[in-house]
Amino acid sequence: MIREDLTVVDHTLVAEDTYQLILCGRMVHDIKQPGQFVHIRTSTDEYLRRPVSISDYNIDEETITLLYKVIGKGTKALTAYQIGDSLDVLGPGGRGFPVKARPGENVLLTGGGIGVPPLYRLARELYEKGADLTIILGFQSIRHAFLKSEFQQYGSVYIMTDDGTSGNKGFVTDGIAGMSGSFDRYYTCGPTPMLKAVVKQLGDTEGYISMEERMGCGIGACFACVVPSHDEKGYKRICCDGPVFHHKEVVLT
Amino acid sequence: MNTMIQLPGLSLKNPIMPASGCFGFGREYARFYPLAELGAVIMKAATGEKRYGNPTPRVAESTGGMLNAIGLQNPGVESIIQEEIPFLKAQQVPIIANVAGSTVEEYVEVAEKISSHVDALELNISCPNVKEGGVQFGMDPVLAEDVTRRVVQVSRVPVYVKLSPNVSDIVVMAKAAERGGASGLSMINTLTAMRIDPSSRKPVLSNGTGGLSGAALKPVSIRMIHQVYPKVAIPIIGMGGIETAADIVEYLLAGASAVAVGSANFKNPLICRELVEQLPETLHHYGFQSVEEAVGGAHRESVEAGLLRP
Repeated sequence: MIREDLTVVDHTLVAEDTYQLILCGRMVHDIKQPGQFVHIRTSTDEYLRRPVSISDYNIDEETITLLYKVIGKGTKALTAYQIGDSLDVLGPGGRGFPVKARPGENVLLTGGGIGVPPLYRLARELYEKGADLTIILGFQSIRHAFLKSEFQQYGSVYIMTDDGTSGNKGFVTDGIAGMSGSFDRYYTCGPTPMLKAVVKQLGDTEGYISMEERMGCGIGACFACVVPSHDEKGYKRICCDGPVFHHKEVVLT
Repeated sequence: MNTMIQLPGLSLKNPIMPASGCFGFGREYARFYPLAELGAVIMKAATGEKRYGNPTPRVAESTGGMLNAIGLQNPGVESIIQEEIPFLKAQQVPIIANVAGSTVEEYVEVAEKISSHVDALELNISCPNVKEGGVQFGMDPVLAEDVTRRVVQVSRVPVYVKLSPNVSDIVVMAKAAERGGASGLSMINTLTAMRIDPSSRKPVLSNGTGGLSGAALKPVSIRMIHQVYPKVAIPIIGMGGIETAADIVEYLLAGASAVAVGSANFKNPLICRELVEQLPETLHHYGFQSVEEAVGGAHRESVEAGLLRP
């Protein structure tokens, strides 16, 4: 984890209120797993940095690709950064997805909304290990959907939308219900109610969930982003013990 | 430039320390710079048993500051003594333990246990985010004096009482702590606050209220320290919205002998180190030869002295 001024090399709108931001700097060399995040200082006025998951990265070009959705003041401020600008970033933070797959294993990836991006690099690494991927992505509508064709390089992609404007109408859990056969493993990222539903639905299948929460320091010192856990300590810090957890490690509420 | 400052129980190489709750027990920040560069470290609050704290969301942005309602999450005093203090000791930095509780008995228990392992205590009678204890002791001078006296009786090291700004007369509270035997004051904790999300129509924080910290709090803290300084004979550790070396000079002039940096650590995890580097030059810029010379300076300033300065 370092603090570095990263340079914006690309910044484009990819879906409604959703931007792809590509940053360049040395930090990329510290990335250990897909699913880690960076903590961005979006403006000098704000006290709280904004955590954004790493969607992809390129060691040779020293670039990190992020996708973020404009939700409030911080993410709105982020949209103003242009190519060549520098951005104060802390990262890479947290523990990401363990990339576990043997050739031919059936692995399920499910993402909801802005929970989709961290699954992208994961999909590539699982694909390279020979896993057979089923990828279910949920969005509000066709206007909010992104990365569909990119994911198609690595597996069978199913889109679910709230209004049925793309793929099938319904939640990602409806998509999972429609699948035949079983999975050796699953990975999921999205809002907590979705994670909870997915974990319940897939029962004892080995699963890894990536959580989101408002963060303070982003390095484990302030205890802003905790989730209850089943161990003796009773809690996990999402920023440094997570954001990815084994599905039996934490208590989703 | 002499940045050293002597306080009861504390021999500080500089007056800068991270504020309680914003720095954990130091481990995470030790990955960014050697903690020995700091004047001291104020640990996250300790309670008798481990506490989980409040539901999330626990933090929210606000203009010029932030709100938090962590709720004193900590692993409990025994675990802090065994797991955390040895790490900090190895960093060669003075340690101040923040002591909290729901009852007077709990404060006494924690103080008794932890005081032989640290250099000073910061008695937290001002946390606004717990249902029992906390700020209720910090809003009533009789309760404040009593809990201070009983903690001072059992503590092996000097006790600094952390005051709450959620009172109508801060001087009354400061004098109560002094009468109770406090060796110093820590001023101030966060101001009880709330934000409401127009979309959800509900408070942003799960706890409803939280404590406001950051730049928005600084003028309130400066005012309170300026009021208290001439009325007590014990030193003050000042805190609230410090982000620059000039902010530290402002605190010293108001009457603080040392300062703590809180929320700014979230903006920049290296802020304390940067302030340690910048302070000598800033003091020099304002015409001081030492930290000590600036302490309480605003109370001694005369028209003539101002005219004579370059």
